[in-house]
Amino acid sequence: MLTDSERTEIEATLAHYPHRRSAASGAMRIVQRHRGFLSDEALADIGAFLGVSVEELDSRATFANMLFRHPVGRHVILICDSDCCYVMAYEQMRDHISARLGIGLGQTTPDGRFTFLPIVCLAQCDHAPAMQVDDDFHGDLTPERIDEILARYE
Amino acid sequence: MSDVETAAGGVRVGIVPAADGKRRVQVCAGTACVFAGSLKIFEAFEREIAAAGLADQVEVAIIGCHGLCSQGPLAVISGQETYYPKLKAKHVERIVKEHLVGGTIVDDLLYVEPGSGERIACWHDIPFYAQQTRIALRDVGVIHPERIEEYVARGGYAAARTVVTEKTPEWVIDEVLASGIRGRGGAGFPTGQKWKFAYSSVSDQKYLICNGDEGDPGAFMDASIMDGDPHAVIEGMIIGSYAIGARDGYIYVRAEYPLAVKRLRLAIAQAEQHGYLGDDMFGSDWSFHLKIKEGAGAFVCGEETALMASIEGRRGMPRSRPPFPAVSGLWGKPTNINNVETYANIPWIITHGAAAYAALGTEKSRGTKAFSLAGKLVNGGLAEVPIGSTIREMVYGVGGGIKDGRQFKAVQLGGPSGGCVPAALIDTPIDYESLAATGAIMGSGGMVVADDQTCMVDLARYFLQFTQNESCGKCVPCRIGTKRMLEILEAITAGQGEDGDIERLQKLAATIKRTSLCGLGQTAPNPVLTTIRYFRDEYEAHIYDGACPARACSALITYHIDPESCTGCMLCAKKCPVGAISGERKQTHVIDIEVCTKCDTCRQVCRFGAVERLTGDEVAAVSVAARRPA
Ligand SMILES: Cc1cc2nc3c(=O)[nH]c(=O)nc-3n(C[C@H](O)[C@H](O)[C@H](O)COP(=O)(O)O)c2cc1C
Repeated sequence: MLTDSERTEIEATLAHYPHRRSAASGAMRIVQRHRGFLSDEALADIGAFLGVSVEELDSRATFANMLFRHPVGRHVILICDSDCCYVMAYEQMRDHISARLGIGLGQTTPDGRFTFLPIVCLAQCDHAPAMQVDDDFHGDLTPERIDEILARYE
Repeated sequence: MSDVETAAGGVRVGIVPAADGKRRVQVCAGTACVFAGSLKIFEAFEREIAAAGLADQVEVAIIGCHGLCSQGPLAVISGQETYYPKLKAKHVERIVKEHLVGGTIVDDLLYVEPGSGERIACWHDIPFYAQQTRIALRDVGVIHPERIEEYVARGGYAAARTVVTEKTPEWVIDEVLASGIRGRGGAGFPTGQKWKFAYSSVSDQKYLICNGDEGDPGAFMDASIMDGDPHAVIEGMIIGSYAIGARDGYIYVRAEYPLAVKRLRLAIAQAEQHGYLGDDMFGSDWSFHLKIKEGAGAFVCGEETALMASIEGRRGMPRSRPPFPAVSGLWGKPTNINNVETYANIPWIITHGAAAYAALGTEKSRGTKAFSLAGKLVNGGLAEVPIGSTIREMVYGVGGGIKDGRQFKAVQLGGPSGGCVPAALIDTPIDYESLAATGAIMGSGGMVVADDQTCMVDLARYFLQFTQNESCGKCVPCRIGTKRMLEILEAITAGQGEDGDIERLQKLAATIKRTSLCGLGQTAPNPVLTTIRYFRDEYEAHIYDGACPARACSALITYHIDPESCTGCMLCAKKCPVGAISGERKQTHVIDIEVCTKCDTCRQVCRFGAVERLTGDEVAAVSVAARRPA
């Protein structure tokens, strides 16, 4: 069952569209904000409310970078792998984070502190290489700066 | 307030005086500056100004992206438009005391032009800005994006008002046609024609969409417009809605742009409150309802049919066209879709006239284009220039040349759909046709500059990996074809290339371009084809000589310490994370290549340039020399 606040937030978006199903991706983001990720149960709740099948929600959720079908850590690191960051040594930064946290892209640290994901472009190209941790941007990365930044997230 | 022409032909924007005649300190709050700490600078100004007793004379305001992002955090002081870049909190006290109270510019905090070493006080005189002509970006970095009054004070919403209350849709379409503006989202389709098609479609319901997905990696113009001047986009859409007869519209914004979403939401609410949006706009009987749709993060959703599927609530996959959106778009209704920058230009065109816009640019590509400059450039940032400016003007003029005095090798335009233009073609004008002739595209405006340390084969591999990841999987050539190309490129960069690989790549590329369903697949081979065209020798060096001329592909390089330059300072040995370097103090150090992980740390820390990366034959030459008895 959707919680009252989830339902209220989703209802507020329904007026934007002629059909209920159009609110699906927004609804998934709302529920994800409340529950951290989109479990099977979460999709069933949203599907029942909007009249959309769980399979279809699943196909949309797995299609999008910013919807999580698996539990994620307390902090999500999105490292930009776009061309600019690539030219400015993205791979070295990625390997450094991997080595520091002992996880590869798509994985979560065993203590549940970080999930490490790639992202297409954070529009910080002139501060490449760049990453985002939760809602904070970090650019002009170097291995030293990365260590400093990661230490700030408990 | 009027815009003044600068000597260089750029449009100089006048500053908005605070409503009550106060002097003003503008602090850039573009995304890049915010993460560089500009909000702390903002607070420091407020604090110091209050402490100096100036709070009722000086206002501290926030502006959208000012453009020269590499100089942030930055502030501009009204009056002489003094520009203070790279600010730290401790500088603020001096600026307040010396400049605002004492009336003298703080010389040592001014911008220094990298080439000449000259200190420049007024931002309009900085070459990066002086060489621009800002139309789409006219208010970005000038007004407070969260205050509709400031947009209105600079003439905002006058064009929409005129159109809605005095003009016919046909007049608007003719004006846009006459301006010659072409879509800025990549394909460059004439905007007036698109509007005419949508206008001619008869229906009880039409839609107008703004494409703010900006998925092209390396591009951030649209983000800067949406969060620096959201009203310009909204006003352009109002004019478009009236022209084609759409009473409902959506702005589709990337999920990764939270600031743009926030500012657009606020701007829509403000425009509604002022009666510029919603029912009976500007006291007329025209209504236009605008909503925001946040994407969920998928590159292909920027493609117009995928984008509409996503708004409808289906998975964001492209479909084949025709039917075109102008006939059957959102929910099967006639729909017009344009890019953010396209809409942002429209109010200016209406206000200044189609002829003024058409006077800029080239014969086939009128007007200006915004570019995001990034990569190995001195001045990264946001720049708008007349179409037809050359690559040289962008790289060496606006961009200030290559970082660290290195050599310009190529510029990548158009992201994964585009191509690389080599240094030899540096005088190519940047317009749709000239770029297409090089094999690259104008694209949405991302310009990524590569220097001599960028391996073009590896860059091509990177792009293929990108499209491979982002392919939605619906059509076979894109899903499987790009995978096969990627495998070949991976082999080449790993030193396992074979004779015939280049030809195999070209053959696959031709098939994928011809048979893919949407623009993603149709353009995916471009980065490979252009690098083969201009840098074939690099491909051949990888395949036949086991060498990476840029010394970037780690499988093909070996780290080595040059005994002539090594002073035996031991720094590299201390920093090596795997203990691969040995040597006594003041003795030449040696890298054990069996242990070395090629992490590049030693080369970066060496103060004497003694650590070299050898490739191809060089490796054998050194090993022979090492074995020779002393
Ligand atoms: C894979 C792919 C991604 C695209 N991404 C964008 C985008 O992020 N922003 C955009 O404006 N157009 C994008 N386009 C182009 C749109 O399909 C469409 O042509 C454009 O929004 C039309 O606006 P315009 O005429 O003002 O340029 C993309 C096209 C393809 C094939």
